[in-house]
Amino acid sequence: MNKIIELKNISKSFDGELILDDLSLNIYDNEFITLLGPSGCGKTTMLRMIGGFEHPDCGDILFMGERINDVPPHKRNVNTVFQKYALFPHLNVFENVAFPLREKKVPKKEIREKVEKMLSLVMLSNFADRSVTSLSGGQQQRVAIARALINSPKVLLLDEPLGALDLKLRKDMQQELKKIQKSTGITFVFVTHDQEEALSMSDTIVVMSEGKIQQIGIPTDIYNEPKNAFVADFIGESNIIDGTMLENYKVSFSGHIFECLDAGFAVGEQVDVVVRPEDVDIVPVEQSMLQGVVTAVTFMGVHNELIVDIGGFKWMIQTTDSANVDDRIGISLDPDAIHIMKKSKYSGMYGDYSSYSNELDELSEPGGEE
Amino acid sequence: MKTAVKTKNKSGMSLALAPYSVWSVLFILVPLIFVAYYAFTDNNFAFTTENITRFFTEVTKIKGDDGTVTEVHKYLVIFMRSLKLAVISTVVCLVMGYPIAYIMARSKPRTQKMLVTLIMIPMWMNFLIRTYAWMTILQDKGILNGLLSAIGLGTIDIIGTETAVIIGMVYDYFPYMILPIYSILAKMDDKLIEAAKDLGCNKFSVLKRVIFPLSLPGVISGITMVLIPSISTFYISQKLGNGKILLIGDAIESQYINNNLHFAAAIAFILMVILLVCMALVKYLTARLVYGGE
Repeated sequence: MNKIIELKNISKSFDGELILDDLSLNIYDNEFITLLGPSGCGKTTMLRMIGGFEHPDCGDILFMGERINDVPPHKRNVNTVFQKYALFPHLNVFENVAFPLREKKVPKKEIREKVEKMLSLVMLSNFADRSVTSLSGGQQQRVAIARALINSPKVLLLDEPLGALDLKLRKDMQQELKKIQKSTGITFVFVTHDQEEALSMSDTIVVMSEGKIQQIGIPTDIYNEPKNAFVADFIGESNIIDGTMLENYKVSFSGHIFECLDAGFAVGEQVDVVVRPEDVDIVPVEQSMLQGVVTAVTFMGVHNELIVDIGGFKWMIQTTDSANVDDRIGISLDPDAIHIMKKSKYSGMYGDYSSYSNELDELSEPGGEE
Repeated sequence: MKTAVKTKNKSGMSLALAPYSVWSVLFILVPLIFVAYYAFTDNNFAFTTENITRFFTEVTKIKGDDGTVTEVHKYLVIFMRSLKLAVISTVVCLVMGYPIAYIMARSKPRTQKMLVTLIMIPMWMNFLIRTYAWMTILQDKGILNGLLSAIGLGTIDIIGTETAVIIGMVYDYFPYMILPIYSILAKMDDKLIEAAKDLGCNKFSVLKRVIFPLSLPGVISGITMVLIPSISTFYISQKLGNGKILLIGDAIESQYINNNLHFAAAIAFILMVILLVCMALVKYLTARLVYGGE
C-alpha cells in the first residue's frame, strides 16, 4: 500500500492550549480511515490541516512524498465535505456540483456530463435544478459529497458529515458512503465522535484523545484489543478492573484467579483488566467465579443491561437472561473474555459503573466540535 | 386543532402589527394619496394632466458661454442632472464603501465595533451642519484652498461645481452604503469561503464567485438608500452648488415655496414613479442574473 499522506511530528496550539501534541500518522491509498475521539481531542484540527485551513506550529505534512505545509487549500488535490455541508445558497444543485469545474474552465459539455454522472452516483439526478435550500438534510449531504468528489481528489476529507442527520438516515448514509468509497477508490479521511459509526465504516480507526493518538488499528482490533483504559471505555462499554499478573496467561482480580490469553507481562505487574459487558456469562451462584448483587436492570430490547455490585465494584453486564434488582447472581468468564492492558495515565478514570445511568450517558454525549 | 392554533397566531400577529399599520396608513399611505391627488388636479381641484405634461414639455432658453441661445426641456434637463449626480455619488459610495465594509467584516469583533461607531458618529450630527462644514472646507477662501496654497499648489474653484455637490452627497450618504453591506458580510458563514477555497478558488475567485454574489442584497439596499435620497436632495446642491446647480429637489422646493403645490406634487409623483420602476428593474435583473431566476 502506498502512503498518500504523512503527518510527521505535528504540534499545534491555539491561545496557548496544546491541541495536537507531536502527532504522527500515515494515511494509505484507497483506505477508509476514521479519526475518532471526543470533542476537543484534535481530530478536526488534524483534518483541517490536511485540507490546508490550519498550519502546524511544527512538524511536516507530506502529500505523496511532497511537503505541503505552505500549499494553500485551492492548490491541494484534497476536497472536504464540511460538517454543515457549506453549500452555496445562491446556486442550485447543478451549479453547486459544477462549481469546481467552472473554476477550472472545463468545457460546458464536459461539465454537464460530469455533473450528471456525479448526481446519479449520489442519487440526485432529478434534483439538478432545485435550490439547495429546498433540500432535506440528507439530500444536502449528498450534494456536498458530489461537489467534493467531482474534481476526483486523491483524498476526501469528511468532517462529522453525518452529525446533523437523524439515526435512520445516518445508518443509510454510512452504507452509502462506504459504497462510494469502494467504487471510487478515493481515500476517505472521516472524522467522528460516534464510535459505532467508526466501527461499522472504517478500514482503519485512529483513536485520539488530548491531541495524541491512543491507538491505530482495524475496527476488530480496536474493539477486542484496546491499548489502554481510554480506548476501552471510548469504544463500546467496558468494565475495567485493577488486576495483577501472576504469570503468563494467569491474572488475579476481584479476589479470584482467572485464565486469560495474554502474556508478556512481568510477574506481579499491576494491570488493567477489560471485560466487555456482553462477554460475561451469568451462571448459578454455586458454579460461579464471582458473585454479586444486582442493583439496576434496564430493558434494552435485544438484551437486559444489569448493573451488578461485585465486591464493591459495579459491573455492567449485558445478558439475555432476566434478573431482578437485589438478586444475588454468579458470573463466569471465559479466558477470551478477558483482555489485559498495561497501566496508563487513564487507569482508574474509566470503566466503573457506580454512577452510571442511561439518561446521564445520553446527556453527556458530545455534540461534535465547534 | 392545528388550524385553530394558526388562526390564533395570525390574529395575535395582526394585533401586534396594528400600531404599525395605523402609522403606515396615516403617515405613508395618506400622504402618498395626497401627492397623487394634487399631481392630477388644478388649483380648483378639478382633474387635469396638465401638471404632468408640463414636466415633460416646458422649455426654457439658456445662454451658452459663446452667447448662443438654445431651447431645452427645463425639467427633463434638471432631472437628468439630478440622476447623473445621484448615480455618480452612488457609484463612488459603492466603490469606496464595499472594500471598507469587507475589511470591517473580516476584522476582530472589537475592531468591528469601533469601526461601526466611527462610521455612525457623523450621523449623530445634524446634516445641515455637516453640509455647512463642507462649505467652509470647499469655498474659495476655505480650508482646502488655504491648505493647497500653503503647500504652494495654488487654489482651485470647487464650490459651486458638480464635484462639490457630489462630495457633499457622498459624505452625507456614505454610511447608508457601508452599513447594509457590512451587516450582510459580517453574517456570512466562514465555511462557505473555506468551501470555495477547498474547491479550487483563489482569493479573487472566492470574492467574485461567492462573497460578492451573496452580498448582493446588501449592495442593493445600499444603492437604494444612497440613490434615492441623493436624487431628491436640494439642500446639498444649494449650499455646495452655490445655487448654480439646480436639482430636481430644488425644483420641487421652489414650486412649493411659490405656492405652486399642484406642480410640485406632479414633479414629486413623476420622480417617485421613475425611482420605483428603476428599483424594480434592478431587483429583477439581479435576481435573474445572479440567482438564476429565483
